[in-house]
Amino acid sequence: MGNTITEKILMAHTGLKKISAGQLINARVDIALGNDVTAPIAINEFKKAGGKKVFNKNKVALVLDHFTPNKDINSAQQCKAVREFALQQKITHFYEGGRVGVEHALLPEQGIVLPGDLVIGADSHTCTYGALGAFATGVGSTDLAAAMLTGELWLKVPQSIKFVVYGKLQKWVSGKDLILHIIGRIGVDGALYQAMEFTGETIGKLPMADRFSMANMAIEAGAKNGIFAPDKITADFIKKRAKRKYKFYASDADAVYSDIIEINAAKIEPQVAFPHLPSHVKGISKAGRVKIDQALIGSCTNGRIEDLRIAAGILKNRRAASHVRLIIVPATPEIYKQALKEGLLDIFMKADAIISPPSCGACLGGHMGILAEGERAVATTNRNFVGRMGHTKSEVYLASPAVAAASAVLGKIASPEEL
Amino acid sequence: MIFKGKVWKFGDNIDTDAIIPARYLTTSDPLELAAHCMEDADPDFVKKMQAGDIILGGENFGCGSSREHAPIAIKAAGVSCVIAKSFARIFYRNAFNMGLPIFESAELADAIKEGEEVTVDSAKGTIIITDSNKSFTINPIPPFMEELINDGGLMKHIAKTRGKNETK
Ligand code: SF4
Repeated sequence: MGNTITEKILMAHTGLKKISAGQLINARVDIALGNDVTAPIAINEFKKAGGKKVFNKNKVALVLDHFTPNKDINSAQQCKAVREFALQQKITHFYEGGRVGVEHALLPEQGIVLPGDLVIGADSHTCTYGALGAFATGVGSTDLAAAMLTGELWLKVPQSIKFVVYGKLQKWVSGKDLILHIIGRIGVDGALYQAMEFTGETIGKLPMADRFSMANMAIEAGAKNGIFAPDKITADFIKKRAKRKYKFYASDADAVYSDIIEINAAKIEPQVAFPHLPSHVKGISKAGRVKIDQALIGSCTNGRIEDLRIAAGILKNRRAASHVRLIIVPATPEIYKQALKEGLLDIFMKADAIISPPSCGACLGGHMGILAEGERAVATTNRNFVGRMGHTKSEVYLASPAVAAASAVLGKIASPEEL
Repeated sequence: MIFKGKVWKFGDNIDTDAIIPARYLTTSDPLELAAHCMEDADPDFVKKMQAGDIILGGENFGCGSSREHAPIAIKAAGVSCVIAKSFARIFYRNAFNMGLPIFESAELADAIKEGEEVTVDSAKGTIIITDSNKSFTINPIPPFMEELINDGGLMKHIAKTRGKNETK
């Protein structure tokens, strides 16, 4: 009986020769991540347990991206606590100020997480790195404290669901639409405790940016991790970034799955998740007339340069509707610079967009883009829970950058085809 | 462990943004977080509840973000334990790691009305509704999780077992 890619990576991080789903293991951690919201608690726990030094200063990443640039005195205090710890521990991958980006866009871009790694992060969207063929999962602050102290963490080996995606993608349909469709199909707990393994001819052709946004939302189906077997596209992405060794794993042909789900991608149109669950998904043709007040293009799901190019292609020589606040958040400084170089920022400004510094701010209703009572936003983010972007009576509609850009122009949820 | 308290019912997919909205995440002070516990699911929850009361959720309780602020807020508000049909996995981890008792029982969630009193006996694996004397079984806690709770959470467990040869 063979193993899945998830099982193989986990096994490689223990001393075990055999591993199977359901087993409890202690695994070595390659990268442990925290941010300005979750790290302060972890640092406290670390100190309370008598921690003096992190297990390896090159294997901890601390990214101050949530309430930065500091929103208020409290958030400034939180950042200060993390900064002091990072400097004292000489953490290599500490990011703040002009170097900070949204963590899950930043770490792959900087080559900090690599194929075959075991990554834990005190942030639920840590599962994003599965796009590289790594095992990556979100945990809590206490888990982060434990990993920083010991370099290990307890994990239960998950069962895997295999998604086989075939068929040619229609125009304007992206990885974001695929994952929204899948979550709509299996529900927000459809993959609870399990790994989501994405395979098939469509996946094989999918660019890295799309794979990242798919793996990113695995948690929205309750999954422990999302994963793609690395290939030539992964190799091209990683080649220029990796500064240490990495390894490509693949599932055995006779690996065991709890379920195998086939998806005909050719039948999928651009998708929109209606309030207040990511599984509340409709095709754009069935969206009806939903007037919007704000459009947000950014986040760890869709704030990459490829996403900004798509948005710019649509916004070029057009303007956001007068009642719509269009907010664009390049996810990292590198993406920001590249967008500037390519003239995308110019297009956005001419479209009356607000260009935000890299930050989580608006995505989690933190700051810089909060919704008032009764307001509606279309967002390229990953969650549309009650109150996610502001008032509990505001609404968030999740969609791709193409749909968000077209919606900004037309002032209502719309497909680029309607322009 | 035995917990006796009044039950506050919530639906399926209660997410961490409902348990503790992100706008309060600029602090990790348990008492400040407790003041906003469950606010976006029921704004009056903290005012209505009493110490020792029990939160009862449906499927996938605690889905969404990894914020430990969610179990911290619940614990600091004085909630004695959480019972749900099922839990989201990071919330499940967090609860055990920080020592908030949680139990799974699908039948109870359907059978009980808000405000009824229950007694949870984790050793016996039962929940009894006081008024009707109806009894329900809880899914057993995996042995490792029990070890975590008995040690007082993950960090205390690590302090205890560090240096020893662990689950290899
Ligand atoms: S961009 Fe949004 S979802 Fe991503 S890490 Fe930041 S707050 Fe979380």
